[in-house]
Amino acid sequence: MMLSGKGLACQRGGRMVFSGLDFSLRAGQALPLTGPNGAGKSSLLRLLAGLLPAAAGRIDFKGGSPERSLGEQAHYLGHQDALKTQLTVLENISFWASYMRGTLAGDDALTAVGLCELANVPAAYLSAGQRRRLSLARLVAIQRPVWLLDEPNASLDDSAQKILSAMMRDHLKRGGLIIAATHAPLGIKSARELRLGRAR
Amino acid sequence: MTPLSALLVREIRVATRIGGGALIGVLFFLTVVTLIPFAIGPDLTLLKRVGPAILWLGALLASLLTLDRLISADQEDGSLDLILMTDTPLAVTLAVKAFAHWLTTGLPLVIAAPILSLLLNLDLAAAMAVTLTLLAGTPGLTFTGLIGAALTLSLRRGGLLMSVLVLPLTIPTLIFGVASASAAIGGTPLGPPFAILCALTLIGAVIGPFAASWALRHGQE
Amino acid sequence: MAIINFANPARFLTFADRVLPWVAGAAVLVLAYGLYLVVGAPGDYQQGDTAKIMFIHVPSAWLAMMAWGVMSMAALGTLVWRHPLADVTAKAAVPIGAAFTLICLVTGSLWGRPMWGTYWVWDARLTSVLVLFLMYLGLAALWRAIEDPSRAARAAAILTLVGAVNLPIIKFSVEWWNTLHQPASVLRLGGSTIHPALLTPLLVMAAGFLLLFTTLLLAAMRNEIFRRRIRTLQMMKALGARG
Repeated sequence: MMLSGKGLACQRGGRMVFSGLDFSLRAGQALPLTGPNGAGKSSLLRLLAGLLPAAAGRIDFKGGSPERSLGEQAHYLGHQDALKTQLTVLENISFWASYMRGTLAGDDALTAVGLCELANVPAAYLSAGQRRRLSLARLVAIQRPVWLLDEPNASLDDSAQKILSAMMRDHLKRGGLIIAATHAPLGIKSARELRLGRAR
Repeated sequence: MTPLSALLVREIRVATRIGGGALIGVLFFLTVVTLIPFAIGPDLTLLKRVGPAILWLGALLASLLTLDRLISADQEDGSLDLILMTDTPLAVTLAVKAFAHWLTTGLPLVIAAPILSLLLNLDLAAAMAVTLTLLAGTPGLTFTGLIGAALTLSLRRGGLLMSVLVLPLTIPTLIFGVASASAAIGGTPLGPPFAILCALTLIGAVIGPFAASWALRHGQE
Repeated sequence: MAIINFANPARFLTFADRVLPWVAGAAVLVLAYGLYLVVGAPGDYQQGDTAKIMFIHVPSAWLAMMAWGVMSMAALGTLVWRHPLADVTAKAAVPIGAAFTLICLVTGSLWGRPMWGTYWVWDARLTSVLVLFLMYLGLAALWRAIEDPSRAARAAAILTLVGAVNLPIIKFSVEWWNTLHQPASVLRLGGSTIHPALLTPLLVMAAGFLLLFTTLLLAAMRNEIFRRRIRTLQMMKALGARG
């Protein structure tokens, strides 16, 4: 499995966020994205997820399922947690697990992120960190080879960070790919990082 | 659960729990229908004559004004991103969302119509005729409104603009809805206007989700 | 015992548990006696036994208005003293008041049917009750729209008080509108002259309805307090958990 980008450019609101961007990573590799605010880390992730059109360049994903787009084989963990506050914790994760054809039942995914005791609590009562944990449950409930993570460490406490690191190591060991925008160290080994920013 | 039934269950749960929009449409419908006699007077023969039109207008407004949160709520909490990243065709997802919205907003309007018919002095046959035409017509309104909800997604205060965009599109449904109800009240069989009304709903069910999905895909930035 | 003692939700619960069976029993007895009197009461010389629906219609109308009064007092308690039990009272009274209003509307419509030849005319009194019903439903919708109970309580309290000020104005306007248009029917429900033989059953029924209202209100308040406890427990659970 191999994911690469050549000459990628992204335009938002008439402004060129980045251009001429190249990267490639293989199965089992992680690519941290670093750079100052506004350098286009989030835009690159959304572009890879298929949520933003690329202004130029091409993305190649080899070894995945040929009839599916990259976005359909990727997990995207954005700044929003995609939770409905009216639903309980279990109802939230079970919905995504069914809707995205997950392989793990909702309560097993909750156990994996340490939220099983809150299964029947409405998501409205969760703290920011607990909401984030619930988003992480999606990563284990549904098997997708590419993980696009936007500041995955944000508002996570130590124990949750450990869970996340273990999840990422596991994913890489199984031959997954991770691209993560981050300010803090991810707690996994990565060969190199991709630094975004106009001052290149 | 299959992806689509999971989506249907989730939409219905969100709409019926605290903070959800179910039944607000039917309350709006009731209020509009109650207000109109205050404006045109309590003359029962007049109300009987304009009753089907009042019910149709009330149901039309109630169907459309409740639609503005249908997609924008999913956009605000990030669910829309994930919905776009699945192999379920977007148009199908949107159709299911619109159907769930009709179940929680449109169907209560249809159920309330016979009761509101009493207030407007419609007899049983007329009330049933209006109810039947609403049952056939309101899904079409929801599917048409879906286009507006998708088009105005990225706008602040999109709700009002949505109504301005969509209301003209609902004119055919309104014409044939009221016409078939009036035909039934007049004693003639439902006939061609009702067939056209059903056809309009079916056309809306096809065009609405596809147009809305194009609007969403192209509106991304 | 001063009323302030019940202001504590826990004390209120023990009070409600002790009082509820008695109030409920009294409501059943008084309503049964009232119905017995109603059956024995003479029918109207014009309308016959149909007029006996008045014994349900009129007390429901009184209760419908009284429930708004109870909510208005609770609203003052919410806004001035910020008292949680006032919130609970206001919320519990909404569906009960709406139910009595609906009973009033339905019985009025059934009562009018033989007279008017139709289930509904835009009679001034009934129309005012319909507007009251709409306001109850709006209030219920407002309570349901806001998840945080104390924020919902303040919003609902303001709407309740605005409603209390506006309801007489609405009633006056509706009556003026009605005379302006000279309705097709001159019959007015619940006219002011009531035969003394009908007065006793009416008052007994009203007392029964009042007891019924009290029973329902106490039970609903108890449920609401439990509901809030569940909510608090769930929030505490979320707070106590990791993350």
